[in-house]
Amino acid sequence: MLRGIILALGLFGLWLLLSGVYKPLWIGLGAGSAIAVTLLVMRMDVLDSEGLPAQMRFGTFRYWGWLQAEIVKANLAVTKILLSPRMNISPAIIRIKPTQQSDTGRVTFANSITLTPGTVTVDTDGDAFIVHAVDESFADMDALADMDRRVTVIEQR
Amino acid sequence: MIEMVLDIATGVLLAGGSFFLLVGSIGVLRLPDFYSRMHAAGVTDTLGAELILLAMILQTGFSLITVKLIAIGFFMFFTSPTSTHAVANAAWAAGVRPLLGKDLKPGDGEAGPKDGAAS
Amino acid sequence: MFFAASLALLAAMLLMLVRLFAGPSLYDRVLALNAFGTKTVLLIGLVGFVTDRPDFMDIALLYALINFVGTIAVLKFFRYRALGDIDDDAAPGKPGAPS
Repeated sequence: MLRGIILALGLFGLWLLLSGVYKPLWIGLGAGSAIAVTLLVMRMDVLDSEGLPAQMRFGTFRYWGWLQAEIVKANLAVTKILLSPRMNISPAIIRIKPTQQSDTGRVTFANSITLTPGTVTVDTDGDAFIVHAVDESFADMDALADMDRRVTVIEQR
Repeated sequence: MIEMVLDIATGVLLAGGSFFLLVGSIGVLRLPDFYSRMHAAGVTDTLGAELILLAMILQTGFSLITVKLIAIGFFMFFTSPTSTHAVANAAWAAGVRPLLGKDLKPGDGEAGPKDGAAS
Repeated sequence: MFFAASLALLAAMLLMLVRLFAGPSLYDRVLALNAFGTKTVLLIGLVGFVTDRPDFMDIALLYALINFVGTIAVLKFFRYRALGDIDDDAAPGKPGAPS
């Protein structure tokens, strides 16, 4: 139920953001459609910790800031490779075991790996992620372990 | 004065964004196999898009358009890794294996599922 | 300024189109298509600035949504050859893959 309320408020906020017309009729239509969609979603029974991961902590925002800095660094490194005339790359596949307990935490970690250019989570194999790195310099276990630790910190158990 | 500073900042951000977008595209063309091309596409999706969106945000001041631009940015931030992973995972599940190592030999997928050997 | 950036963006899109047509595999094409879509979103926004029509941002936002859903739909279709209810046994290589 709480998730339903959060979803309805979120959808209503999105409506207000996109419509830009603030007359009672339009706001009423927005509220009506937000509630209708929420009811539909509850009937579909997809409103769980996976459909609406509202359980992450506030530290998430600080993590995003850190991740953004990492993304910029990784982008510059990849750009250097792409613009080098001979493009000496040596792609590698590595496995990494995430330490997060919840699905949301693991998805956050896997998406963070993918979002930083140079590494992409390709698949899961049991407990481990299979990660493709464009060059061996990106297959840096320490950096990945650091990211893993940071995601585990913001994960609520 | 502030106007001019904003204009210059916008120009710098636009130039940077265009640069990264072009680099990403060139990378997608140049790299040898599908898995490495993904990383080049990542450059476009992250830094290139963000810089261009940031430049547009600087020019709008603060209005509903700004909020919409931020919404686009957030949406890309969340969906771009998801779609990249979806493509990579689909290729992996279909048995496409990356070129590995300095000499770019086709990998045997030693870290992968037991049944996939074809490349 | 925005016009110059649009031109650069168009050049980048052209390069992406080359990859889209050259392939060689389906996944290269989907990847190129997805990146092309991202650039289209940015181009719509920039054109909105060039022609001074801020309404274009709504279209850009919508295109971002459609681009994501479209990529997922194409991949899902080529993996399962269906878009509706997925029969888990029909999935190639990966039994019980998330649908």
